[in-house]
Amino acid sequence: MQMQRNFVKRQPRLPLPHWVRGLIVSLFSISITMLGLLFVTFLIGRVMPIDPVLAVVGERASQEQYEAVFLELGLDKPLIVQFFYYVADVLRGDFGTSLLTARPVAEDIARVFPATFELATIGIFLGCVLGVPLGVMAAVRRGSWIDQIARVVALVGYSMPIFWLGLMGLLVFYGILGWVGGPGRQGIFYEDMIPSVTGMILLDSLIAGDWGAFWDAFSHIILPASLLGYYSLAYISRMTRSFMLEQLSAEYVTTARVKGMSEWAVIWTHAFRNIRVQLITVIALSYANLLEGSVLTEIIFSWPGIGSYITTALLSADMNAVLGGTVIVGLVFICLNVFSDLLYKVFDPRSK
Amino acid sequence: MSSQPTSLHAWLTSETPASRRQARWAAFYKGWLSLKSNHMAMAGLAIILALVLIAAFAPWIAPHDPFVQDLGNRLQPLGTEGHLLGTDSLGRDILSRLIHGARITLYIVALVALIAPVAGLLVGTISGYAGGVTDMVLMRITDIFLAFPRLVLALAFVAALGAGIENAVLAISLTAWPPYARMARAETLTIRSSDYISAIRLQGAGPLRIIIKHIWPLCISSLIVRVTLDMAGIILAAAGLGFLGLGAQPPSPEWGAMISEGRRFILDYWWVATMPGLAIFAVSLAFNLLGDGLRDVLDPKDSTS
Repeated sequence: MQMQRNFVKRQPRLPLPHWVRGLIVSLFSISITMLGLLFVTFLIGRVMPIDPVLAVVGERASQEQYEAVFLELGLDKPLIVQFFYYVADVLRGDFGTSLLTARPVAEDIARVFPATFELATIGIFLGCVLGVPLGVMAAVRRGSWIDQIARVVALVGYSMPIFWLGLMGLLVFYGILGWVGGPGRQGIFYEDMIPSVTGMILLDSLIAGDWGAFWDAFSHIILPASLLGYYSLAYISRMTRSFMLEQLSAEYVTTARVKGMSEWAVIWTHAFRNIRVQLITVIALSYANLLEGSVLTEIIFSWPGIGSYITTALLSADMNAVLGGTVIVGLVFICLNVFSDLLYKVFDPRSK
Repeated sequence: MSSQPTSLHAWLTSETPASRRQARWAAFYKGWLSLKSNHMAMAGLAIILALVLIAAFAPWIAPHDPFVQDLGNRLQPLGTEGHLLGTDSLGRDILSRLIHGARITLYIVALVALIAPVAGLLVGTISGYAGGVTDMVLMRITDIFLAFPRLVLALAFVAALGAGIENAVLAISLTAWPPYARMARAETLTIRSSDYISAIRLQGAGPLRIIIKHIWPLCISSLIVRVTLDMAGIILAAAGLGFLGLGAQPPSPEWGAMISEGRRFILDYWWVATMPGLAIFAVSLAFNLLGDGLRDVLDPKDSTS
């Protein structure tokens, strides 16, 4: 330890503290990635076979009106200039107006995002709570029946089309057994009864103190959330297992066992502590995937989240909404990646 | 081949291969033997082979025309006379549609499996071999595509290009290449500095020759494993696009689109949506099983899972 400190001291003094430099570098790399993301969506918007001017003025506009809007949208400028206009708009939070809802896209997204967030958060919670212990047990009892079960669970999760599993879940648990609520976030009886505070119905109904509405919303969210939870469980349990196997074969584990430590302590206080860092990355990644993977789930369960929003917009050629939604989802994706990198640095003493 | 051994097996397992060709075939044979002992992988391979055969002989195997409607015979249940898996909302035979749908699934998978890894290999090896600015620019682009959520990006691409199988293939490939590029680059970096590359370079080989003849062959095996494991994801993505109405268009018996058609009657006529889903599940499961087995054979360092 002492030696290491001396080594650091001998390095030439930096004009800025180390972490500030790190922050600047990572901010720079995020902004480059963001710019690239915007460029791709911009290009997609440009190669669209839909005329952006016609989308604004409508089919019956006169030539003058058409040209006025053409100039107003800046379509006469070079492509690169148009791109900078686009970036400037996005930076101001302006994604244009949705053709379908006739409202600013940013406003629409702020309205639908809590629904997706609520669903994905419960999903990742289920995935972690069940997936991590399953993966640990599978690694500890390698080759036993629990390992086989974990293997089958993961294989089925990797191979099953999520929208089909959702349909089957609806058929069995809603259609035949009647255990859960049907598609949508609420039953008809409770619709629009709860004042929207956070946009997440479970929280809102708790804030309003309406238990009936809470249970109704719960019965609607539990099936799609379990579905998403299952998919993240498949991935998380598989990764947990292989991380744990790596640790359990390490020498310090043998040492701990030889010292006479209980098996519980060896597994949870030694081996598991060392996979936390890797697990955080895996969980952040699958959380990001849930936010996106909910596109198909939201369609199946008529869930009014960002996935349904993008798809509906897509099918009605509402390009501003599609691109705005794509940028937001991409942004969330990037932020989660950065966040997991940061946690990595906090939890992993080696990276300090 | 002057010293022709007595049996093929002996020739393939010879300790002292006489020619480059014999050594190559022997390596294949050894891999095959170890794959053969993995029952799950063989089950996967069997399903995939069956799928290929079914797709190849679809018109002869299918009991009915997949497009002929028979409105007097709609939504017949499983096991109806002449319609083993029942009929859909337009009275078309579900089994025949599934059989013909195998062609579409294979077509999509084969095209994506050709385009995405080759594109990734090109970008990755050039980036890794060239280094410097080229490497930085190419890897930035790769990062940007990796930063995008795949399905959403594919949706946006299909929206821009128009719905259809070819565009779905393009969209899936565009979102699938970055991991291959990353992988090929990492392999290239380790190969680039090895002695035998320096030796060839001293003999006067140009960068193109080195990349194509000496770097690509070494990247292939990990690429194959990755492609096989990705196949399931490709099938699911294609089915998802079909389900959303952005892949193959309606009369075509694409499995995802069939689920989407059956969705409307799911509570009363469950089999219409169930059967195509089972088909998708079986095929992607088969690819996953085979991929796991291939990984154990070709890439033993990762075989903990």
